[in-house]
Amino acid sequence: MEKHTNRFPISHVLGFIFSLILTFGAAYIALKTSLSFKVIMWIIGTLAVLQAGIQLFMFMHLREGEDGKTNVINIVYGVFMAVVIVVGSIWVMSAGHAAH
Amino acid sequence: MGIKWDEFFITGDPLILGSQIAIVLTMVGIVAGVTYLKKWKWLWSEWITTVDHKRIGIMYIISGVLMFFRGGMDGLLMKAQTSRPEMEFLDAQHYNEIFTTHGVIMILFMAMPMLIGIMNVVVPLQIGARDVAFPQLNALSFWLFFGGAMLFNISFVIGGSPDAGWTSYFPLAGKEFSPGIGNNYYAVALQIAGIGTLLSGINFVVTILKMRTKGMTLMKMPMFTWTSFIASVIIIAAFPIFTVALALMTFDRLYGAHFFTLSGGGLDMLWANLFWLWGHPEVYILVLPAFGIYSEIISTFSRKTLFGYKSMVLSILIIALLSMVVWVHHFYTMGSGPAVNSIFSITTMAIAVPTGIKIFNWLFTMRKGRIKMTNAMLWSLAFVPCFIIGGVTGVMLGMGAADYQYHNTLFLVAHFHYTIIPGVVFAVFAALYYWWPKMFGFTLNEKIGRWHFWLFVIGFNATFMPMFFLGLDGAVRRSYTYSVESGFAPLFLVSALGSVILALGFIAFCYNIYWSIRHADRNITGDPWNARTLEWATASPVQPYNFAKLPEVDGLDPFWKMKKNNQGLTIKDSEIKEIHMPSNSGLPFIMGVAFGVAGFFLVFEWHIAAAIAAIGIIAGLIYRSFDYDEGYHIPVDEIKETESKWRNVEGEVHNYVK
Ligand code: HEM
Ligand SMILES: [Cu+2]
Repeated sequence: MEKHTNRFPISHVLGFIFSLILTFGAAYIALKTSLSFKVIMWIIGTLAVLQAGIQLFMFMHLREGEDGKTNVINIVYGVFMAVVIVVGSIWVMSAGHAAH
Repeated sequence: MGIKWDEFFITGDPLILGSQIAIVLTMVGIVAGVTYLKKWKWLWSEWITTVDHKRIGIMYIISGVLMFFRGGMDGLLMKAQTSRPEMEFLDAQHYNEIFTTHGVIMILFMAMPMLIGIMNVVVPLQIGARDVAFPQLNALSFWLFFGGAMLFNISFVIGGSPDAGWTSYFPLAGKEFSPGIGNNYYAVALQIAGIGTLLSGINFVVTILKMRTKGMTLMKMPMFTWTSFIASVIIIAAFPIFTVALALMTFDRLYGAHFFTLSGGGLDMLWANLFWLWGHPEVYILVLPAFGIYSEIISTFSRKTLFGYKSMVLSILIIALLSMVVWVHHFYTMGSGPAVNSIFSITTMAIAVPTGIKIFNWLFTMRKGRIKMTNAMLWSLAFVPCFIIGGVTGVMLGMGAADYQYHNTLFLVAHFHYTIIPGVVFAVFAALYYWWPKMFGFTLNEKIGRWHFWLFVIGFNATFMPMFFLGLDGAVRRSYTYSVESGFAPLFLVSALGSVILALGFIAFCYNIYWSIRHADRNITGDPWNARTLEWATASPVQPYNFAKLPEVDGLDPFWKMKKNNQGLTIKDSEIKEIHMPSNSGLPFIMGVAFGVAGFFLVFEWHIAAAIAAIGIIAGLIYRSFDYDEGYHIPVDEIKETESKWRNVEGEVHNYVK
């Protein structure tokens, strides 16, 4: 950690700005455009994935880990969680008569 | 901002008026007492600003005991109301508020801080570390939890309690159907406390991964450390879901959004879905550390290494993964269809397998052991049959098709009290009896402890066993009364009497603490139970730096081996080096207050005031970012003196091997 303290944290600042742009972009597209529901969902979904990527690379020190195995476990676990939460919720909320 | 001052304090109910008076008197009493004893400075510099994991742990535990009292009072009030048919003690609204605050307080402000407190005290010692990875963050965790808890607790006298159940389901919990501010307390206070919990989770994962002493590989960690580790991992996975869900709830209630409303395209059941995506893992966050506690205690008092260590670790890993994929069992009746319900029935029942493995491991640990019936061991023994009743009824509830019968009845209420009380409360009591000498330097009285144990266990069974049958007979949960014709009266009466016995048990516990503080023998060894893990290899109560020299480890039960081989129990003067310690800080406390105040304004929807208070939070964050405090060093002489005080005492560790 020591070696970072003197350098200006440029990648963090950039990551922060990108995240803001992507978030406000998504809000703009969802609220202010008159695209069809489907198109909006696809666009903001893509922006969300992009933003997750930015956060992983610019904030989460993904490239710095000395220990590859730990990183793999972390990523696999993170993906597992994301899939359970997102795909699981969509499935549960749209199956059966819960959806009607 | 349209402040309705006449609705600020709740008026017109004698019970609440009584509590308001009691609260004011207690506060005046505390302030007067501390002033009279001239303890303000001591309180500030020794406790409020502390970053020592042991003290933070003790503060968590004290808060937990207080919250147990509050939640228990709620429970007793409910039991009084349903003791006879058509009772007119609490009205429907009041009953709603009480089961809501009871549920929230018991789970989030009693069980969680008790376990996190015990983790704080024990985990760094068990892994041979001097503190947690981020001591000041740890203090912040505590003060955020405390701020959130206090905010939630004042709801019943100021502004009105939340009343939509601890699950706070939409649409009931939305503005449309709950226009008062009560449910804002739920959204805001739990958010604040939740941030604290999340920070704790991160802190413990880093601590356990990075701060283990030399030689302690993952597979040589004590079982309590393992379970705390996995519980922390689940915290990191699950709490953000709750954070987001609560934020969406806040938007809905405060700013007119429509995430969960019936109108405007909201999905009310999405709240239930997100709540339980967090809520089910949450119960495993609670029960895993408790499993760890039982493992330590059963192994110590059976005088044997834990049976099946590897299968224990494997089963907690499997439990952790499965716990993420069972959440729908809380709302089978929502009607997601046979495919969803079948899959989740299967995953739910599958959890019983690793849990069963653990039960057998504990039984085999006791087999042929020389069992010592201390209070800690008694609680662990009582846990096994009680928890099995909870587990078996859980499998019954877990079958989607059958659950349509049990859903929303007292059968369910009996089930989860049968898992959570043996699974958490018994464990906390066991842990307090077991680690009390480590924290305070004296043991709790075993005789009074027996009263505590028998009253509590008998009272617990008498309270909740009848609820299974009431539920099967059709008594619904969250219902404030029932008719004479229903025929429920006898069982409800038994249950109410049971809760009185339960309360007597708790009183015996409080009396035990009081008695032991006054009269218990202070001249005990660092290792009163002849235990096996590293926390017992140092003084009781533990010195600020934990270990003068960090211990080295080459297997399970390291302290047991040290005693057997008479190795590493003494320390040479030349081995003592200066120790680097983190400084105390008032910032976490101030941040907790700032969060609490901002939260309070937000609850009342005074947005400008809330924004101003939030500036305090941001200022605190900035201050912390530029805080270059490097801590301080304890000089060698001081360490030598501290060490000689406990090492040369009669009956000390190295004389204790049997
Ligand atoms: C100390 C003894 C306790 C008593 C006498 C007690 C009693 C009760 C009663 C009467 C209810 C409501 C039943 C109804 O739906 O009408 C209830 C609900 C509940 N209890 Fe307890 N309880 C106790 C301890 C605990 C503990 C230790 C926990 C958790 C750590 C807990 C968690 C809950 C929860 C989550 C609910 C559901 C609240 C809701 O419906 O929203 N209880 N309890
Ligand atoms: Cu569950």
